[in-house]
Amino acid sequence: MRSYLLKGVSLLGQPAQDLVVRDGVIAEGGKADETIDAEGLVALPGLVDLHTHLREPGREDAETVETGSRAAALGGYTAVFAMANTSPVADTAGVVEQVWRLGREAGLVDVQPIGAVTVGLAGKQLAELGAMATSAANVRIFSDDGNCVADPRLMRRALEYVKAFDGIIAQHAEEPRLTEGAQMHEGEVSTRLGRTGWPAVAEEAIIARDVLLAEHVGSRLHVCHVSTAGSVEVLRQAKARGVRVTAEVTPHHLLLTDELAASYDPVYKVNPPLRTAADVQALRQALIDGVIDIVATDHAPHAVQDKECEWAYARPGMVGLETALPVVLSVLGEQWKLIAERMSRTPARIAGLSGHGTDLSAGSPASLTLVDPSARRVVDPSGLASLSRNTPYAGTTLPGRIVATFLRGEPTVLDGKAVK
Amino acid sequence: MAQPRADTETPSKIILTSSDLHRVVDRIAHQILEKTSGATGTVLLGIPTRGVPLARRLAARIHAFEGIDIPVGALDITLYRDDLRLHATRALGRTEIPADGLDGRRVILVDDVLFSGRTVRAALDALSDVGRPSSVQLAVLVDRGHRELPIRADYVGKNIPTALSEKVRVSLAEIDDGIDEVKLFGGAR
Amino acid sequence: MIKHLRSAADLDAETATLILDTAGEMAALAGREVKKLPTLRGRTVVNLFYEDSTRTRISFEAAAKRLSADVINFSAKGSSVSKGESLKDTALTLQAMGADAVVIRHPASGAPHRLASWVDGSVINAGDGTHEHPTQALLDAYTMRSRLGKIDGLKVAIVGDVLHSRVARSNVLLLTTLGAEITLVGPPTLIPVDIAAALSPQTKVSYDLDSVLPDMDVVMMLRVQTERMQDSYFPSAREYSRRYGLDAPRMRRLPEHAIVMHPGPMNRGMEIAPEVADSSRSTIVEQVANGVSARMAVLYLLLGGKA
Repeated sequence: MRSYLLKGVSLLGQPAQDLVVRDGVIAEGGKADETIDAEGLVALPGLVDLHTHLREPGREDAETVETGSRAAALGGYTAVFAMANTSPVADTAGVVEQVWRLGREAGLVDVQPIGAVTVGLAGKQLAELGAMATSAANVRIFSDDGNCVADPRLMRRALEYVKAFDGIIAQHAEEPRLTEGAQMHEGEVSTRLGRTGWPAVAEEAIIARDVLLAEHVGSRLHVCHVSTAGSVEVLRQAKARGVRVTAEVTPHHLLLTDELAASYDPVYKVNPPLRTAADVQALRQALIDGVIDIVATDHAPHAVQDKECEWAYARPGMVGLETALPVVLSVLGEQWKLIAERMSRTPARIAGLSGHGTDLSAGSPASLTLVDPSARRVVDPSGLASLSRNTPYAGTTLPGRIVATFLRGEPTVLDGKAVK
Repeated sequence: MAQPRADTETPSKIILTSSDLHRVVDRIAHQILEKTSGATGTVLLGIPTRGVPLARRLAARIHAFEGIDIPVGALDITLYRDDLRLHATRALGRTEIPADGLDGRRVILVDDVLFSGRTVRAALDALSDVGRPSSVQLAVLVDRGHRELPIRADYVGKNIPTALSEKVRVSLAEIDDGIDEVKLFGGAR
Repeated sequence: MIKHLRSAADLDAETATLILDTAGEMAALAGREVKKLPTLRGRTVVNLFYEDSTRTRISFEAAAKRLSADVINFSAKGSSVSKGESLKDTALTLQAMGADAVVIRHPASGAPHRLASWVDGSVINAGDGTHEHPTQALLDAYTMRSRLGKIDGLKVAIVGDVLHSRVARSNVLLLTTLGAEITLVGPPTLIPVDIAAALSPQTKVSYDLDSVLPDMDVVMMLRVQTERMQDSYFPSAREYSRRYGLDAPRMRRLPEHAIVMHPGPMNRGMEIAPEVADSSRSTIVEQVANGVSARMAVLYLLLGGKA
């Protein structure tokens, strides 16, 4: 294993220093095989994404574990959690182990499968959560993401059941009866465009119910992709009461609004939908306050034909792994400690993932990423490593460039390019 | 509807002054009376834009000379033009066919300038969709030559030999801010 | 001149007035023995219909044929469209066939806007989902102007299922542009959220039809589908009709000169009573005739010049 000297690097914005990566860990110092001029670069613990769609098995035309892993590494990630809504659904030990193994073979990031809560994401019957937990994939997060676990009794049981192995239910909060046929945020723009609205209350009602359920049974709850100001208030109150709830927000919900739907371009179609400017403001503040714990990408690659069509028929979702850090940087500015907290440390802690999100001190695993904060990049869809091109930021200039990423001392990205 | 005109070029020549123009209209009115044996069974149809007030003036002069009222109407030919695709979309003019119709009557089409003949060709097509006149004649204020079709006028106010690069511009008081005149613009210097 | 007619918002007051004036000329020509005009000879108009709508399709077809355009009817049923061909591939096919204009009816809101990005010709929205139906608004405006002499300053009530109505959206946009004052009337479940902010700030909303009627110059009744009952928008056809249907006693609350409109097809006895639909105030049959004139005007203005 080669060793690297990161010369003049800034740890989380601190004064420049030298950092040596040797034998998979941060070394005390000494010589290295290779020197990287890291003058002006900021080192962050490798980013951890609790919400990624890698599409394999089933839609390898949109993304594979390998291509998604590469996109993740290029985005500064060292661990991603692969959502269960594949085909077949990751609702058995067999499927989660397959995904986990594919991740190991790609070797670019740690791919941690998320297990489905219910068989086939159908919301009827619990999947074999325990079998997935004890499988080689060691699943701890369970989610029917894409679908809401809408049945309150089933949700209660799921929350209770996973306590046995310290699991956590990640809820896609969407009351399905309130969002039948929904195409975008319900509001002024949906009225103008004549599209069925996705009301904020459909998210808020489920979060309110689920924090009460989690409180009642004393379980942990994680809320996926929070998108409304009302949800933030529900979470704030729950946390104040001591409910064990954590929540994520996506980069796109921190930056984009429902006005973009008026372009008619389904690249802006996503679930939950883009909301209003007031929601965006509330989400940013909640991320700073810690009411929202983490940023998660909800990286959702889609093949061209699933987006190059009528809005109503397009699949919801945006790719996000390669633009997440630049978007967060543009929203929060160079608050490196906060960024590390929201994109690496806390997600690793929620997932119980040791070896990620650690301090970059001697002896720690050398999973880290180097960012050039002064660089500006115009997003070019054709330049993405993801197999899919559905980025909402095409042509947008974003700050920050990921220069290098290390996974346990092995470079996965060097000079802004994937090593393999 | 008056067409807005940008008079950017220097006028090279006034062809007809206001008084010339009135004399010419009088003469055409007389010629019509003479050639149609008193204008019985005759309808004047002006081609918008400037053919319409011209037709009204002719009818008024005929009334002044002989005390007879001949029906006047308007025939918009826009929808019959063969050059629609060469220009931006044109607003339509009014078509007003006199109440008694055109069937069996002598229709005199009235226009300001006769040039390529394509407007008249379109007018003949339009006319055949409106009715079946016994005969059709053509009266123009100015004939500037350069015909592209086998068409000639029965009544001509003034023949003006022109170069293709020149422009003839007719102003009529009814729609051109009270000005009556014909000017020749441009051309090789 | 505009290239496409995707939304009534594509029209400013000047353009809208030009279309109405042109429709007036077209209507005058419709009285002649020879109705056909040579204007669009050699031009191809494709009627691309993803929803059954015989009324709208034949209206566009009549308009295009009166202007001598070649008309190709491309309906979703039994074509490659129903075999899952994408809108984009269909668009490229129409492009290859040399369509100068595509008239599109589609269940997905915004489909005409997508189509316009894939074809060179003009796109005319003949109704997209619950979004817009701009030529219906034009023929409605034309009908109002011919009956009442003007649009500026008219008070217009649009009554019924505004939420699902493409006719209502286009009418609010167009009539507001032309200076009318709109009041939307219906049960709160069928009035979309933030409607005034979404379409025009002057738009008023009322849930009480009786109180609105005495002030109106125009009452436009919208079709209400009885299926909406299943979705709990209102309890029953009877209750809907009692609260929001236009019957003879309600019609008598209108000023003497006021007219009653309906875009069709009507549910007689539901949103409109038969004696109202057949009364002299009703413009329902005129609207159909005016539809052809308005669509001729749109086709001429979009296709009658240099592309």
